[in-house]
Amino acid sequence: MTILLEVQGVTKHFGGLQALSKVNFELQKGEILGLIGPNGAGKTTLFNVINGVYPATEGRVIFQGKDVTNAKTYQMAHMGLARTHQIVKPLNELSVRENVNVGACFGRHRYGLGKANQISDETLAFIGLANRADQLAGSLNVAQKKRLEMARALASQPYLILLDEVLAGLNQSEIAEMVEMVCKIRKQGITIIMIEHVMEAVMNVSDRMIVLDFGKQIAEGTPQEIKNNPAVIEAYLGDPELAKKLMRKAAE
Amino acid sequence: MKLLNNHLGLLIALSVITLLAVWPLVTQKPADREVAFTILRAVALASSLNIILGYTGYVSFGHIVYFGIGGYVGFYLISQQGYSLYTAMLAGGFSAGLIAFLIGKAILRLRGAYFALATIGINQAILAFVANFDLFGGPIGMNINFQLYQDYGGAPKALQLAFYIMVGITFVTVLVSYAVRTSKFGLGLLAIREDEDAAEVMGVVAPNAKTWAYVLSAIFPGIIGTLFFFKNANIQPHDAFPLHTSIELLVMVMLGGYGTVLGPILGAAGYQRMRGLLLTSPFFKDIQLSVAGILLLVIILFIPAGIVGWIRNRFPKTRRVLQ
Repeated sequence: MTILLEVQGVTKHFGGLQALSKVNFELQKGEILGLIGPNGAGKTTLFNVINGVYPATEGRVIFQGKDVTNAKTYQMAHMGLARTHQIVKPLNELSVRENVNVGACFGRHRYGLGKANQISDETLAFIGLANRADQLAGSLNVAQKKRLEMARALASQPYLILLDEVLAGLNQSEIAEMVEMVCKIRKQGITIIMIEHVMEAVMNVSDRMIVLDFGKQIAEGTPQEIKNNPAVIEAYLGDPELAKKLMRKAAE
Repeated sequence: MKLLNNHLGLLIALSVITLLAVWPLVTQKPADREVAFTILRAVALASSLNIILGYTGYVSFGHIVYFGIGGYVGFYLISQQGYSLYTAMLAGGFSAGLIAFLIGKAILRLRGAYFALATIGINQAILAFVANFDLFGGPIGMNINFQLYQDYGGAPKALQLAFYIMVGITFVTVLVSYAVRTSKFGLGLLAIREDEDAAEVMGVVAPNAKTWAYVLSAIFPGIIGTLFFFKNANIQPHDAFPLHTSIELLVMVMLGGYGTVLGPILGAAGYQRMRGLLLTSPFFKDIQLSVAGILLLVIILFIPAGIVGWIRNRFPKTRRVLQ
């Protein structure tokens, strides 16, 4: 096993607000890491720091053995990092195929348009948007836009993909399809970090999980360990004793 | 046949220009040639502006500044240094591109209204600078000695020559516009227009792409500036940097349809023709600019995508053709 990503003591301030404090973890190649935590815990901020949207106030991010703490987002894309956005960012006036072409043309391999078209068609077939390829991205519904974000990320053929709440706002059957998709992506050898609020889904697919609360890393472990960790239960429900009682009741 | 289908949009564009080029040759009237020259100039300037405005999504309000810079540099070389028109045009295009590069590096960090305001400021600043720059004749500007046209076979021949060169430049500008629109570089620009942050996340090196788009959109106005003032035989600060022409160029691009190859061509030809009619009408001749303002308002309110954009949206099948 090789280490793909290391996050070492990453701290991020926004003025007086401490969004992240001393987050530490390593990510093995081929792993699915679940990143959970209550709203405002700093999950997306962590993605933004890894992705180069803004630099960490303190600490380092190491991707494939290189220090990328101050790298720009496009440099990260060229190195093989792709992401989806919590609030989808489709290129509305471009067709679905053109959207995916951008990923293929400017991602890790920076393919020419001809090759990119071919990759886009394959990716769209894989993700289930092939019949929408010529439609404008702006005309898709939310579930389709989330798929489009995935397709764009995949078309860049990344080593690591950051999925920011790809299940939010989807109905039950759409969630099942998406979870299946995540498993298929992993089978292609792509490493994944996913932020998710749909607990059942994220617990099922993750190998390992990290829990953030108010910017602090309060727990790390397998989904089983996380489920029974009192600190996690407290973060989500407030009082751990009460929470345990409630969970026991629910189990009965 | 497939080739024809794929490039039909370009074919329509080139046919419009060919028509404009052939029309004065058929009628043999110098007045028609001058009208055609003005329309072709508008087509080439609007197509250039479209690269930064339509493809990249950066509203360059003071784009005429590059026409003025190219005009002044080229005119100086022709009238004061005795260089040929061709060398001067190259120098005009090059200096416009170089200055766009430097200015672009500084102001392309700004987005939206701030960028637009900065471009107006730059046009006015360079106008003020040139008006006080003695080498370029200060507020009076410079003149060409009519003897100079003898090198081109006399003044009438020189005007004829300027027209042919204008036709050539317009063809090249439109071909470049088409090449950018259909290239990978162009895809990056369109991505920046739609969402710059998302484009960067996908790996588009936005700072570089924007700068090159801006430089590209400045080079042809620079060349045209030299040609125009060579034909004009005289250059003055307020003729070289007219802000209202800059706004008219915006109207042309918006009228035809920003972000398409054909849009600025139709927009420029249509607007320029309308302007010609208004200027000769006794009622409109003093208020023709306010017609441009009202037109822009109507376009933005009712057909924000312009004529070509409206057709593309209305008839999705034309989307592949009308690029």
